[in-house]
Amino acid sequence: MSKENWFLIVIIMLLALLPLSESRFYIFLGTDILIMGLFAVSLNLLLGYTGLVSFGQAAYFGVGAYTCTLLMKKASIAFPLAFIGAAIFGAIIAFIIGFFCIRLTKIYFAMLTLAFSQIIWAIVFKWNSLTGGDNGIIGIPFPQHLDSPTRFYYFTLVIVVCSFYILRKAMDSPFGRMLTTIRENPERTEFIGINVKLFQLFAFMLSGFFAAIAGALFGIFNHSIFPDLLFWPQSAEVLIMAILGGMYSFFGPLVGAAVMLYLRMLVTSYTQYWPLIMGSILALLLFFFPGGIVGFLKSQRIFARGNR
Amino acid sequence: MLTVEKVKKSFDGFVAVNGVSFRVHQGEICSIIGPNGAGKTTLFNLITGHLPADEGKLTFKGMDITHLRPYQICRLGMGRSFQRTNIFPRLTVFQNIQAAVLAHRGKSFNFYQPVESFFQEETQVLLKMVGLQDYAETISGSLSYGFQKQLELGISLASEPELLLLDEPTAGMSAQETHHTIELIGRITREKGLTLLFTEHDMEVVFSISERIMVLHQGRLIAEGSPEEVRNNPDVKKVYLGEGR
Amino acid sequence: MHLPDPSFLLIQCLSGLTFAMFLFLIASGLSLIFGILRVLNFAHGSLYMLGAYLTYFFVSRFVDTPGQFWWAAIFGSLSVALLGGVIERFFLRQLYIREELNQLLFTYALVLLISDFAKIVWGTGQLSVSRPPLLKGAVPILDQYFPEYNIFIILLGPGIALLFWFVLHRTRWGRFIRAAALDREMLGSLGVNVNRLFTVVFTIGAWLAGLGGALVSPTAAIVPGMDVEIIINAFIVVVIGGLGSFWGTLLGSLVLGQVISFGILVLPRLSMVFIYILMAAVLILRPWGLLGKPLQR
Repeated sequence: MSKENWFLIVIIMLLALLPLSESRFYIFLGTDILIMGLFAVSLNLLLGYTGLVSFGQAAYFGVGAYTCTLLMKKASIAFPLAFIGAAIFGAIIAFIIGFFCIRLTKIYFAMLTLAFSQIIWAIVFKWNSLTGGDNGIIGIPFPQHLDSPTRFYYFTLVIVVCSFYILRKAMDSPFGRMLTTIRENPERTEFIGINVKLFQLFAFMLSGFFAAIAGALFGIFNHSIFPDLLFWPQSAEVLIMAILGGMYSFFGPLVGAAVMLYLRMLVTSYTQYWPLIMGSILALLLFFFPGGIVGFLKSQRIFARGNR
Repeated sequence: MLTVEKVKKSFDGFVAVNGVSFRVHQGEICSIIGPNGAGKTTLFNLITGHLPADEGKLTFKGMDITHLRPYQICRLGMGRSFQRTNIFPRLTVFQNIQAAVLAHRGKSFNFYQPVESFFQEETQVLLKMVGLQDYAETISGSLSYGFQKQLELGISLASEPELLLLDEPTAGMSAQETHHTIELIGRITREKGLTLLFTEHDMEVVFSISERIMVLHQGRLIAEGSPEEVRNNPDVKKVYLGEGR
Repeated sequence: MHLPDPSFLLIQCLSGLTFAMFLFLIASGLSLIFGILRVLNFAHGSLYMLGAYLTYFFVSRFVDTPGQFWWAAIFGSLSVALLGGVIERFFLRQLYIREELNQLLFTYALVLLISDFAKIVWGTGQLSVSRPPLLKGAVPILDQYFPEYNIFIILLGPGIALLFWFVLHRTRWGRFIRAAALDREMLGSLGVNVNRLFTVVFTIGAWLAGLGGALVSPTAAIVPGMDVEIIINAFIVVVIGGLGSFWGTLLGSLVLGQVISFGILVLPRLSMVFIYILMAAVLILRPWGLLGKPLQR
């Protein structure tokens, strides 16, 4: 087995042992990082792999959170089914939105993803009777059998590791390679016989599916959800996580999520001016570390691998 | 093999291609020449489906391709190189060609097997054919211009085309590189029995390997024939007067 | 629902027009910057907000000065213009050679930075500026009253539009700007200092945003969050009108101004969703907006 796979196994084992620290803080942070890491990696399917800059990924995250929660609360559906339902619904929404968006390019594509995301936000915000509107939905309990932070942490770990496994395999496969060629040169890819639009749509759906899973997990983890989850700064934040970690590597966005969430926790215990810090970090990134953290480490030959 | 019938294309009132008709037969080496702005690249884009024609009909191997998308036309057996080098810059040379082979062999939807293991041999064969086997692991974006053009040719060939369209294959090359490229193209065309249609500015290249030349001017086909015929054609001479070539 | 009385409708229409003029000021700067620099400036709303805050600042500095508000507005908007110029010249310019995403993200970083900067300096409470004495009153319209200040804004909007049309079509720099929108490289090879042109354009765009903020300060609360609120509306305007189209921005502002003004009355729950649906519909059916140029392949 390759060096990298050994490294990953060690990380997973460490993560599995985390709850033994008996620290509520670390369990909480760990769950948060896993969930946002999945969200960021799902976004990177589009950004880093396919070259599609979407400003509206928060839509699928929020849809996942609200669908799962509402199915449980309003329709009394058991968590496992609600969870799967949320993921599938996320993929369906991504299909519909993606269908319209991929017909455009670059800035127009980005604007349309933003527009759709805002439409969904506005619907959730205004549909008081269903979603509770601005007040959100609070008091979401842990599901049966997962009724402690530790248990839910393990559940999240399993789901996220499985998701990463599936996504990693997909990105390392010929399908993933085609996405990369689309990112590099869509025109050329079209003329090696690839239906580019189809692949882009598929990437969109995959991204939406896993973002919705992250959202569903988040709803339970946070015990409450608000329309904020769908508002565009949420999309911007996960975008920054992906770039902070490094958008040209698979786990980059996970690293970015970890760093960002940890930093946020640190900073907000001292000051309320986290946006100031986040903005400064982003600016520094853009000017001095274009490859993100992982990109930087790779250039220092710490994690040297073949390119993808 | 390829039939172009009365094809017309306008942009915002400007007529780029004005009722062009010609045929390319199997195994022929044809070229299209004409001053800048004559409509050569637009014509290519119409043939490969990158632009929709306003009027006219395009037939390839007996099938009507007028309304097909580029990827469908490619799958029918047409290959193309582009005027500005079109490769996948962040991938290695090997990965560039391998991607094209993957697409051609219909493995692009495979979700679960690692991509490295696919079509190693076939890719090596192609690399050798375009003379880039020593650069397999080089990031393609860092190659010299000439090598990038060779790589692009390799990508086109991976689709095992029967008709190859080359848009200014020696543009921006030195005399030595041009000679090398033309020799390479000629050899491959003969070995694989390809039909070749290319546009060029370099008249030496055109007259040295073309069997038939078509001259485009302001969107219209003004002359067609063997190199000798075209060279002596008064209309062509008029158009090129002052070109200084 | 009974038919509302005409004077009420007229007032709503005029309110929509006022709002449209503010939108126009901000959106035209956004559109100008996008048309020439190809950068979608997320921080444009932040510059607008700064214009308002700085006007508040200068008003408190110019106590007991005749024309206090006007001087404050001038200084406020020019300060924002200056800031815009500095940002472009020393920071944004470094990112031009990189992919567009980097420039976009930088403008977003500015949103974060400016937003917190304003909170640090001016706190999170609502601030306000009083209307200039000259325009303190209200004008009777049918049987309702409409603020004089708003009428001034409604007249100022087209005034600024005409000023811009004049600059773009009758001055040397204007011609360069229009040419740059069509073909940057060509312009550079003609000997025009394209870098300086970009800085000038960004400064003008920033000035327009700052002016919008300065002029809105007497009519609306100056509060954190006004940057986010206006930028989304500005995006919708430029999408409807056409990114990079000047008259399109004016048209888009008028449309959105009325939609929001009446939407809140007629269908409050749906109006918010509707404006985003409008934005999406335009992008799907006619991406280049009402007055933009059709996209090339």
